[in-house]
Amino acid sequence: MANGFTRNKASGDGVPKRTLGEGVFRRCDACGVTAKAEEFVTNLEVCPACGHHFRLSAEGWIDLLLDPGTWEEHDAGLHAVDPLGFVDSKPYAARLVASRKKTGVADAFLSGAGALNGKAVQLGAFMFRFMGGSMGSVVGEKIARLFERGAERREPVILLSSSGGARMQEGVLSLMQMAKTVAALGRLREAGAPFISVLLHPTTGGVAASFALLGDVNLAEPNALIGFAGPRVIEQTIRQTLPEGFQRAEYLLEHGMIDRIVPRREMRATIARVLEHLVG
Amino acid sequence: MAHLEFEKPLVELEARIRELKTASQGVEGIDAEIAELEARAERLQRELYEDLGVWEKVQLSRHPDRPYFLDYLEAIFEDFVELHGDRSFADDPAIVAGFATFEGRSVAVIGHQKGRTTKEKLKRNFGMAHPEGYRKACRLMELADRFSRPVLTFIDTPGAYPGLGAEERGQSEAIGHSLLVMARLRVPVIATVIGEGGSGGALALGVANRVLMLQYSTYSVITPEGCASILWRDGTMGPAAAEQLRMLASNAKDLGVVDDVIEEPVGGAHRDRSLAARNLADRLRVHLAELEAMSAEQRVEDRYAKFRAMGRIA
Ligand SMILES: [Zn+2]
Repeated sequence: MANGFTRNKASGDGVPKRTLGEGVFRRCDACGVTAKAEEFVTNLEVCPACGHHFRLSAEGWIDLLLDPGTWEEHDAGLHAVDPLGFVDSKPYAARLVASRKKTGVADAFLSGAGALNGKAVQLGAFMFRFMGGSMGSVVGEKIARLFERGAERREPVILLSSSGGARMQEGVLSLMQMAKTVAALGRLREAGAPFISVLLHPTTGGVAASFALLGDVNLAEPNALIGFAGPRVIEQTIRQTLPEGFQRAEYLLEHGMIDRIVPRREMRATIARVLEHLVG
Repeated sequence: MAHLEFEKPLVELEARIRELKTASQGVEGIDAEIAELEARAERLQRELYEDLGVWEKVQLSRHPDRPYFLDYLEAIFEDFVELHGDRSFADDPAIVAGFATFEGRSVAVIGHQKGRTTKEKLKRNFGMAHPEGYRKACRLMELADRFSRPVLTFIDTPGAYPGLGAEERGQSEAIGHSLLVMARLRVPVIATVIGEGGSGGALALGVANRVLMLQYSTYSVITPEGCASILWRDGTMGPAAAEQLRMLASNAKDLGVVDDVIEEPVGGAHRDRSLAARNLADRLRVHLAELEAMSAEQRVEDRYAKFRAMGRIA
């Protein structure tokens, strides 16, 4: 809260709200239970009945993870351009303008610095609400700078991913952001500062296949979808239905791709403990 | 010889000339007719390839007769010793890797291989690698680095394989790790896109000091068919998506993603394979010499600065 984001504003996006009588109520898509919207908010967008994790915004994550009043945003002024003159159902340039207006942010990544239990950290988070958290030149640049700042100051980098992957509308330039961000991560490693990768629902495509699974420690939220290809593409390729739970965090844990599954309420403490072990 | 629809008139005319030549042994007066047909074929060839559309060029990058990595390997390199396996799970035939001699020096060569016959296509999974392929590539690159041997990669894939086993064994991690390994190599690294440069599966072999593309190769964040099925829910809109994606070699050059576009023989590399191979060897020689003149630190810095600068922002 003291980081400048109120818990209300920080609530998840896209979760249906409706009024039943006096208060505002919300229905959980996962279990069908209806509870006061307020309850969802105080419970960090986790269903009070079934524990389903709905999306917490980047601002909400900052409030959750950082010590009050320590957040300082960096690189806020970077704006995307339309390098290809890309037009699908509408021009990319118009899509950018509309997305900025709708979301109130410049692009799909929020980054800065703060303190976690008094320890200085670099922190960045995808904003899924901006074009599905897709990574174009701006997101790539902000992530590269985040890793570089971590390397320079020898501070841990915590990066929360939720993204559909590379931003198609920037073509091969968005593909190159994969190489750019990972190269910068290489600098962080050389500097001896840790990278905590937090994988949120969903983390796929070019974000999964670049830095997101290269954390010194990979933490995921319960049931988060994490994979290279989307389930639809895989089903079309292999022409069979995918097994239950495929590409979910639990599946990745079982197959050795992530270190731990961490419920939202325990994320801050878990990261703090890991950092204490690595650089305490 | 397989051919694309737009190549048909030329291929047919050339077949007719060959037939005439065989049938005309000792027949008088037919030479003039052959000469006339040959002139016509040359004109047709010029007209046909002078003004190819984006989609025709994309098709050329996937031409069934297009030279593959192993064809260039045989034409340009000597003493190839293939090395197999990722030391963890399997050997992936979609990526071929080993050491070979290029003009007197040993280099690591790593490339996607699509397969020519149906049987070979299946064996090589149409050049779509599993995690094991990228892990083998990483193993070879690190080996080359330890013994100070340059790394030359050859990119030709529709993309990394989007399958169940690939996900199960960490396709994402394998590609990401390959990007990291390549970014930190101390030896000269040259990547050449020789056919299809399909998304992360291509880039996984593409973090190089110099990135080259053959004239009719492509480099894209997604296949045009995949792009079309996402944007318009219609995979047959590939040609329209190809226009939007700016995926040709010339576009990649304009966008600062590649350093050098290597000219192909008229009509594409498949129409004169030895010329295509010579053109490639000429450019590899030049770039390799430049990179060999740099120190290891300079090469790491050069590669970092190159990729660090990619992208357009305001
Ligand atoms: Zn619920």
